[in-house]
Amino acid sequence: MSEHKITNILVAGIGGQGVMTAAEILAQTALAQGYDVKKTEVAGMAQRGGVVTSHVRFGDKVLSPAIPPGEVDILVGFEPAESLRWCSHLRPDGVAMVSTTRQEPPVVSLGLFDYPEDPVGQMRAADIHMHAFDAGAIAAGLGNFRLVNTVMLGAISEYLPFAPEILKNVILERFRKHKPKLVEINEAAFEAGRAAQATA
Amino acid sequence: MAAYPGTPATEILEYASRLPEMYSEWSVNEKVSLEVCIGASLAGSRALCAMKHVGLNVASDALLTQTLIGVGGGLVIAVADDVGLSSSQNEQDSRFWGRFAHVPVLEPSDAQEAYNLTRFAFDLSEQFNTPVILRMTTRICHVKGVVTTSERRPHNSGVGFQKDPARLVMIPTNAKHRIPLMYQREERLQQYSEESELNFIKEGSDSRIGFVTSGPVYMHIQEAYPEAPILKLGMSYPVPLEKIRAFAAEVGQLVVAEEVEPILELEIKAAGVRVLGKEILPRIGELAPQVLRPAIGPLIGEAPADKPTPTQSRANVPEVKVPPPPPGSSLFPRPPTMCVACPHLGIYYCLSKIRNKSISGDIGCYTLGAGHPWNALDTTICMGASMGVALGLDKGRTDVDKEQKIIAVIGDSTFMHMGMQGLLDITYNRGNVTILLLDNRAVGMTGGQDNPGSGRDIHGEVSPRVNFAKLCEALGVKPERIHEVNPYELPTMFKALREEVKIEDTSVIITNQPCVLVDFYAAKPPLRVEDEKCTGCKNCLDVGCPAIYVTRRETVVKPNGKEKELAFVRIESSACTGCNLCPSTCGPDAIVPVENFVRR
Ligand SMILES: Cc1ncc(C[n+]2csc(CCOP(=O)(O)OP(=O)(O)O)c2C)c(N)n1
Ligand code: SF4
Ligand code: SF4
Ligand code: SF4
Repeated sequence: MSEHKITNILVAGIGGQGVMTAAEILAQTALAQGYDVKKTEVAGMAQRGGVVTSHVRFGDKVLSPAIPPGEVDILVGFEPAESLRWCSHLRPDGVAMVSTTRQEPPVVSLGLFDYPEDPVGQMRAADIHMHAFDAGAIAAGLGNFRLVNTVMLGAISEYLPFAPEILKNVILERFRKHKPKLVEINEAAFEAGRAAQATA
Repeated sequence: MAAYPGTPATEILEYASRLPEMYSEWSVNEKVSLEVCIGASLAGSRALCAMKHVGLNVASDALLTQTLIGVGGGLVIAVADDVGLSSSQNEQDSRFWGRFAHVPVLEPSDAQEAYNLTRFAFDLSEQFNTPVILRMTTRICHVKGVVTTSERRPHNSGVGFQKDPARLVMIPTNAKHRIPLMYQREERLQQYSEESELNFIKEGSDSRIGFVTSGPVYMHIQEAYPEAPILKLGMSYPVPLEKIRAFAAEVGQLVVAEEVEPILELEIKAAGVRVLGKEILPRIGELAPQVLRPAIGPLIGEAPADKPTPTQSRANVPEVKVPPPPPGSSLFPRPPTMCVACPHLGIYYCLSKIRNKSISGDIGCYTLGAGHPWNALDTTICMGASMGVALGLDKGRTDVDKEQKIIAVIGDSTFMHMGMQGLLDITYNRGNVTILLLDNRAVGMTGGQDNPGSGRDIHGEVSPRVNFAKLCEALGVKPERIHEVNPYELPTMFKALREEVKIEDTSVIITNQPCVLVDFYAAKPPLRVEDEKCTGCKNCLDVGCPAIYVTRRETVVKPNGKEKELAFVRIESSACTGCNLCPSTCGPDAIVPVENFVRR
């Protein structure tokens, strides 16, 4: 990634999954590392189950806040079909980090549309460099579904232009301030994400 | 500071209200918020009101006369255009208001400039005795970037409210004298704009194309064409036409890149300067780098990347390979939905089961009732319109619609914003309309802000809570035609609705359960589906609660030979809040409480 001046991270998921929080943490970490940072949401009515994406860009000097299609370095996909939706925005050498926990929208439940059989397989077939694992199951295994966010951040930490520990500390610091009881479990979630990425 | 929430402008006041030494309020609508700011400005304080683009339509009546009287303390109107329509009923260009009201328009291109120009706007307002429009777009409001702040300075004229009826009482004889002053001010601002450093040239080494632009497009151009010279307008009205003329002479081709309407373009063309604009650039949506490139490329001999050049497609390459569609291009849509356990769900379930109805809707979360599975809204226009439209559907009906039941659906915040006057019009003119007033104690759509219906102010402090039943009665609805119902109790809802649509009079059904986003919302233990009991009848899916999902579909042939599709469901217990709405739609009682549930 070092050959591009700007690092472009696209976080994609569904309203309510913590997409914006993950993006916020990434932006904060990059800011603390001295980068120029811009972050923007392309979310309409975000709270209500619709598609949400958040763009994080950092480097020497960031101009436009939105990542042009085809220039995403890292796609953080909180849901497999949403990852598939956005994977064409990756650079040829970009990487997708995909949680395989499926979330079918009501239009699928009502039988109006089909959910793809194997979104991850479709991405593989399109030659997308990726790691896919069930972040929801990992989070649930640790006792709280909301940890998905930290699991995913742990998973991409190896791909950032700064050490994974730096990102981890920013996350834990947030919890230390607001919810000290959750520091330990978030550290475990971060490491679990890292481990899952390494083997997926 | 005063505002009425509206995407993408809502956060302006949400953040500003954290400053304890500054007065801030949620107003009931944008017109009131501007009027409050006009008063505060006349009292000698600096004042800012924030709104989304359509809000300024509502506030425009105040603006177009305010511009005649000028200001005391600086007066700034921050207005956010939803370029790209991510969450609005239209896409409109607020820069027109600058021309209409003869006031300056400032346009930041990123977060730092938004900060700088806001500060500057107050000075400009005081210097020229004018309100100032700070025009932003989603790409300014919903962006976070690095901002260097400077020292805060308290501002107050110190002289208090200066009575001056000839200036402040806009009756025709007085207003007449103010109009020339307004035009003179505009001329001085025109001169100022020509000289201002806010309108500067970013030099570039490749002057085949030179851009005139404002707002976030400035960033997009630099990204797409880093070497191109750009005349960047921080003050985009009055337009510095001479500066533009001089710039045009130095570049090969002048292009004006503006979101959304060709406003600068027409004014530049009228000044006799040769410029390209909307002939090549889209009139809808953002002018992001990927939009600029294919439009500008052909001007400098770059073929658009995705289209094969004519020679390629004909002679040289006999078989043109159509590239496969990118993965994910044919995926299902994921439209926004109502929240799990939203108090609006039960209402739409009932509405979807009533026949021969026309439903005028309004703007809020309940607008989603137009979608699946309910399909129970027939019109949505602007805030408060459900009332007048319903009355019009009633009065304007012809024989074909004689039996049609006219229903209006409106949220509490929308009712207080612009709906109350419409209801008064309905009662005054004896309309036969059944109104559903959805009081969920919050402005749900924009994130659950407080309002006079929640009984709390912007800081969460207790303030008087409006009594909707009494309010409707005061507006002329007969007390026996006003019902308060719990929207989770379907039988009660049905009964009230079926009765009222039959009665030829104005009736109001008020719901009384809070939005799930409010902090006092109390989730109950969740429910689950007993697989053995579920017959796959699909009734519960008509509720539209996102916690209910299908596990398996099956087609069976009924004794009469007809095919029937079954869908067996489950409930996502971690999401279900136990609102207890869906069990009453389930004949076989398959929906039961989860035993010994612990919510994390
Ligand atoms: C003139 C105008 N101002 C603001 C908005 C943004 N807006 C859309 S819906 C809404 C309020 C919805 O609140 P309510 O009527 O209580 O319904 P709820 O979303 O709570 O169901 C607002 C402020 C708008 N569309 N138009
Ligand atoms: S935010 Fe509130 S009103 Fe809007 S859908 Fe959710 S629960 Fe319903
Ligand atoms: S009880 Fe039924 S309608 Fe209510 S939240 Fe649970 S699944 Fe949804
Ligand atoms: S209403 Fe009851 S029986 Fe019918 S699908 Fe739903 S849970 Fe099953």
